Amino acid sequence: MASMNEDLQQQLIQDLLVESYEGLDRFDNELLQLEKGGASAETMNQIFRIIHTIKGTSGCIGLSRIEKLAHSGENLLDELRAGDRQVHSGIVSLLLKLSDTLRSMLQHLEANGNEGDTDYSALLEQLKNPSAAEVAATAPAEPQISETSEATPDPASAAQTAETTVPDGWGLFDEDPAPAAESDIPRESATPPPPTNIAPAPAKPEPANEISSPAPEAVGNKPSIADSAIRVDVNQLDKLMNLVGELVLARNQILQFTTTSNDNALLNTAQRLNIITTELQEGVMKTRMQQIGSIWSKYPRVIRDLSHDLGKKVELVMDGQETELDRTVIESVKDPLMHILRNSVDHGLEMPEKRRAAGKPETGLLVLRAFHEGGQVNIEISDDGAGINVPRVKAKAVERGIITNDQAARMSDREAHNLIFAPGFSTAEKVTNVSGRGVGMDVVKTNIEKIGGSVDVHSEPGRSTTIKIKIPLTLAIIPALIVTSGGERFAIPQVSLVELVRLEDVQARKSIEMLYGAPVYRLRGKLLPLVYLKGVLARDAGNAGDLQAKLASKTGDVFARARDAHRAWLIKLRQFLDGKLTMSDDEAGSHQICQLGKWIYSDGLPNYGDIREVVALEKCHQQFHLLVREIVATKNADTTADCEAKLRQLDGLSNEVLDLLTRAEKRIHENQIVNIVVLQADGRQFGLVVDQINDTEEIVVKPLAKQLKSLICFAGATIMGDGCVALILDVLGLAQHSHVVSGTRDQALADERTTSGTAEDEKQALLLFDVGGDSRIAIPLSLVARLEEIESNTIENAAGQEVVQYRGQIMPLIRVGDFIGASRSGHEPNNGDGSLQVVVYSEHGRSVGLVVSHINDIVEEHIKIRRDGRGGGIAGSAVIHDRVTDLLDVPDIIRRADPDFYSAAVNA
Amino acid sequence: MADSRQFCTFFLNNLYFGVEVLKVQEVIRYQQMTRVPLAPTMIEGLINLRGQIVTAIDLRRRLGMAARTDGELPTNVVVRTEDGAVSLLVDEIGDVLEVDETTFERPPETLTGVARDLVLGVYKLKDRLMLHLDTERAVNLHPIEAQAA
Repeated sequence: MASMNEDLQQQLIQDLLVESYEGLDRFDNELLQLEKGGASAETMNQIFRIIHTIKGTSGCIGLSRIEKLAHSGENLLDELRAGDRQVHSGIVSLLLKLSDTLRSMLQHLEANGNEGDTDYSALLEQLKNPSAAEVAATAPAEPQISETSEATPDPASAAQTAETTVPDGWGLFDEDPAPAAESDIPRESATPPPPTNIAPAPAKPEPANEISSPAPEAVGNKPSIADSAIRVDVNQLDKLMNLVGELVLARNQILQFTTTSNDNALLNTAQRLNIITTELQEGVMKTRMQQIGSIWSKYPRVIRDLSHDLGKKVELVMDGQETELDRTVIESVKDPLMHILRNSVDHGLEMPEKRRAAGKPETGLLVLRAFHEGGQVNIEISDDGAGINVPRVKAKAVERGIITNDQAARMSDREAHNLIFAPGFSTAEKVTNVSGRGVGMDVVKTNIEKIGGSVDVHSEPGRSTTIKIKIPLTLAIIPALIVTSGGERFAIPQVSLVELVRLEDVQARKSIEMLYGAPVYRLRGKLLPLVYLKGVLARDAGNAGDLQAKLASKTGDVFARARDAHRAWLIKLRQFLDGKLTMSDDEAGSHQICQLGKWIYSDGLPNYGDIREVVALEKCHQQFHLLVREIVATKNADTTADCEAKLRQLDGLSNEVLDLLTRAEKRIHENQIVNIVVLQADGRQFGLVVDQINDTEEIVVKPLAKQLKSLICFAGATIMGDGCVALILDVLGLAQHSHVVSGTRDQALADERTTSGTAEDEKQALLLFDVGGDSRIAIPLSLVARLEEIESNTIENAAGQEVVQYRGQIMPLIRVGDFIGASRSGHEPNNGDGSLQVVVYSEHGRSVGLVVSHINDIVEEHIKIRRDGRGGGIAGSAVIHDRVTDLLDVPDIIRRADPDFYSAAVNA
Repeated sequence: MADSRQFCTFFLNNLYFGVEVLKVQEVIRYQQMTRVPLAPTMIEGLINLRGQIVTAIDLRRRLGMAARTDGELPTNVVVRTEDGAVSLLVDEIGDVLEVDETTFERPPETLTGVARDLVLGVYKLKDRLMLHLDTERAVNLHPIEAQAA
């Protein structure tokens, strides 16, 4: 029986905790509402009810300390409700303190099973005697309520006020602070509330005051949300979710079977199963969905406290609280969001006087917005503060060694904005308890990326900063790309996927290049490091690097060398037979240590074991050596023995070996299709080479057991449609394992710039065109956004410049011929048929069209640029396809045509 | 009989082992497995147990015994552990035995190596000895990884 009572008690405590935590969060919010003055009598009643419930429940299960504190709070609230006392920010702060203390006691109760013995007598005293407490304990810096018109107008001095000091003439409150110290009875009060009265129910207030209405009746009538909802254990939901996931897979299997069936009844049933399963899946997903507002409810309170501490005025506007997200996702964005908000208040918004000087309202606006878009949840946090100071950010980044001076100079504003996410970055002049320790935004980014989301920042100097977060709806079921490597299937989460590249035979052999043993592929002029999944996952970690190189190495040379080695062997045997050298039986029979043998066993069979010719080659080669051994043994035993028959046989075998080698080579090359999955991890791209790309599928993510947690390459496992288990690759882990990403991220930032740089003597993709006349002109293909043909009658004029409407924008046209020197006169950009060839160049959302006469070709060449300093829109010349070609200096031309283009592009 | 326990028994390299029957979730025949690259060699792979993904540990390798010869398919003894179900791969499954506690003896001092950590003791049965395997320790590969590091 005792244990049953204990269980009951535990259950009651559990209920109290859940209920009270929720209640206190609501309590805080409603109080803030009250402070703003926009609260109704119903708000007051709700506030009262929350504390009353806590008092009642805790008293019921013998938690006397909580009960006592709640009781004092209740008395004060009762006075407020009755209108005996006016609400002002002193009281609000006191009540918030009450909520904090109650919360910490509940936390203690949760952790240790008892209420703890924290001393709260001071708070108790203040609650009993709020008039005195107001002065002693609260000095809110920015009371925003309209009633407190006498509030000290200078927020700066208020900000500097420490909690314990009170400035002279703090005429903040209606009530006279000092003399009331001993009195429980507020001056206006007609009915003195007895402080020792253990009121069992909400005390009936006197309906004398106009702001209070007799509320208790409303308590019973108004149905609360709690009545129509039940609490469900989250684990239970997770289990359901898992089962539904399984059901989905089973359904998929059944549907696969039914495609080959003609049984109508079965087909109908399968159809119904399909629909029901889909609906069930949606339904269960929905139960796990939570409104994002559930985590936002704490923010107003935090922002209030924070802005008071900092002496700033902040108005937090929240929009889209009802946006729903999966529970697991919601948990993981909670802290990052909080961090961003704090950052916005601390760094983003300016002090009130500064805002006034800038012609902005004193109260800074902080907007938190959430909405669904494209199957993702978007969260935006924007402030109307000072924006990101690009020069300062750059200077700081250089100082912290995140980027070099050179990189900083070349960096666009947008890239500079994203520096705030670099590890170890903080521009706060001094470290406050709010922010400035240099850990933060990078953690925010990592955490968001960990759940498959992305973070972006946009800022207008002096106007605003907006941080945009995109996160997936759920983590339980994710779309994934299924690939095969080494005969096994792996799932790659779609969020990390950038693109797929397939290289076929010749292309495959030629376009993968080696950099000190590290294979790379040129993806549109940018080097993409390649990682061979087979190599990464090879059991013997020590050889993984070797294998990588081997997998990427050009097999052509290998075959040539193997053929040579085999012929050399035959020569050696001849020499032996002629008595010119000696050879032992073992040496002769060693099919594994000759050059060809080495290749077969270390490379051929492991990598190409599925090719028939390679297997046959191994057998034939072994036979060859057995026969050699026989011959050598015979000769060693008796030099005069006649081996002609055997030698003839050997010749046959030898030819067969060579023949098989040739056929194997051909087959391997035919088979050599390289599938590159381009992935993004930690801001860097890399190519994962896999054997086969299968399909995309929705998969149910299941965690790996404890024994396998240490493997960073895998994020989990899933069960495929056929019931087999497949591992889910952790892209970031994979990148770290294969050293694609290291601790520093500067490489990634620098990387973004490399495309536009025109380093000399480098293989480049170039677009060749002419502008009339006989000289040919080239520009790097990486600068070309699109090639368009534009009808000449669509050209309009704006501010003396030729423009066309292009994709909803006004695009200025630049006639390249006009800019590259008068010597090229006589050009005729028109094609004759009234259309113009236009090369579209885009930067930061703005485009210009370069009008040329003919577009000739796209070439990929090693070019040697001769810089002759001619200027005039030409960066230099190079020989391309046996013709001297001028390289166009695009930025120079654009600058000359439209001096504002680059600065405008940045601001656009 | 208060002082007797039931054991699920199995053979491993001709040795007779037993695990407490209450710890055993089920015994299933060999299943197709998904190999886990880079994992410790004693992890044979992952199996799909009615929608649950279960890690299979090769007990022979775990106990430092010679590898199973080709063609011999092991049996899964799925045990409940603190970390969920784990499958132990054994050579052959034996009977469920009721064993008298009085026949228990601590492992002899001469028993060394991995086995010493994993074998709780020996039950002296009439015709043979049964080694009592500690399943929690058997599935905990942490000390091995620490050693390897």
